[in-house]
Amino acid sequence: MPAPAPTLSDTAVALCVVLIFLIPSTAAGIALINTGLGRSHSAAHLMMSSLCVFSTAALVYFICGFSWQGFAGGPAHVFTIGGRGWNWIGAGHFFLRGVALEGSPASLAALLGTLSVGLAALIPLGSGADRWRLGAACASTALLAGWTYPLFAHWVWSGGWLAQLGSNYGLGRGFIDAGGSGTIQVVGGLTALSIAWILGARQGKYTLEGMPTAIPGHNSVFVLFGCMLALLGWFGLNSAGAILFYGVAPGQTALIAINTAISAAASAMTAAVITRTRFARPDASLAANGWIGGLAASSAGCAFVTPLAAVAIGIVAGTLVTFSVEWFELRLSIDDPGGAISAHAMAGLWGLLSVAIFVRTPAGALGAAGASSGSASGQWLAQVVGIATLIGFVLPLTYGLNLLLNYFYPQRVEPEGERQGMDLFELGAGAYPEFVTHSDEFTQRRT
Amino acid sequence: MLLLAGWAIVLAAVALLAAEALRAAFVLAGAGVEVLGLALVARAQLAAQGEHD
Repeated sequence: MPAPAPTLSDTAVALCVVLIFLIPSTAAGIALINTGLGRSHSAAHLMMSSLCVFSTAALVYFICGFSWQGFAGGPAHVFTIGGRGWNWIGAGHFFLRGVALEGSPASLAALLGTLSVGLAALIPLGSGADRWRLGAACASTALLAGWTYPLFAHWVWSGGWLAQLGSNYGLGRGFIDAGGSGTIQVVGGLTALSIAWILGARQGKYTLEGMPTAIPGHNSVFVLFGCMLALLGWFGLNSAGAILFYGVAPGQTALIAINTAISAAASAMTAAVITRTRFARPDASLAANGWIGGLAASSAGCAFVTPLAAVAIGIVAGTLVTFSVEWFELRLSIDDPGGAISAHAMAGLWGLLSVAIFVRTPAGALGAAGASSGSASGQWLAQVVGIATLIGFVLPLTYGLNLLLNYFYPQRVEPEGERQGMDLFELGAGAYPEFVTHSDEFTQRRT
Repeated sequence: MLLLAGWAIVLAAVALLAAEALRAAFVLAGAGVEVLGLALVARAQLAAQGEHD
């Protein structure tokens, strides 16, 4: 049996629309961060990829993604085990047919999904920077937006089996992820990990002995400005998700915004202090990754934790991001120029786990998406089940799909393209034409 | 395969076990299997990159 449809007041609907309209600034922020952390000769390519990937995600989600994600109370495929329903996937029509586009919760979910799937798709661009072909990035995005993202989003936000762990099995209020720590950040971050594995490291990143060499980002200003832009959209993302999927009162928006901002602030400052202590100077790129990590971690429980808990979540996220960036690069030889795996996947996983530690949900606070009754003691288990689903199902799925794609359509650019820079090789023009360049770099790929 | 196997254990524990402690133990065991799978995938990728270099 599908979960009941949420009911929203006119105020909540109006507020939701305004909040959702803020989300594209997060996309702009992430695009700037990815570009700034990449190399100058791939800057235009990264921005172009961001636009194309965001567009592809929106189109594919419109065509088939939302029909599989569905919405709470909408048509869905459900099977029964032991007398309890397992809601697996939406059963709506393609092209948004059948969705009342006049301010209904379903239409708001479609609008939020159209933008947030683009955010999830932008995340892997950070790990594939400087070597991921534009066409391959779009094809990979189609898989993400058409299948991986809608499936997990259905389970969490559309009354799927993870959302109903509370009502069906007494596990707290079911899996809680108000702003998309799991649905957007971890799904995008695990796809970033898959892409980094499939593409391999950039030329010259590792010596023959396996030691990493530093390839610094080319524009810290882009990176730090991108952080500020991302915060604006994150206010919208967290608030709209909490109102739309968990029935949080519009008045709670202030708490959500405060939690979001101070979690990011605590995380960025933690990263800055750690790098200052270890390397004598604060590291701008790690502080930026810390900021994004704090935002990603804040999303899951943004409406249900106290501001003090949000600070604690941010401090842990900043520490986790700082050390995991180094761990991935040094120990696992994973070349992730944008730090996407650490800032989105690792911090997002921590955000989901933090719900089990810090959330104290008042009775009746969670009305939608099947998040009803259940013992509070089981909340941690619901969160662990959700995390296990991300690592045990979403990661193999996204890795397998991208590996298959790579077999038919190689995702990594040719060595010459990497040497010349993605801008000239794939776009035929650089982002900074006034820079001094070598004459052979003007050689066109095709004449 | 270990990642999927771990997830299957988690799902089975949720669906089939009623006792809270037993269910929690099996869910954690499934998560442990996933961590093992993740470590093996990481090692395999590391070895593949070494060969490529």
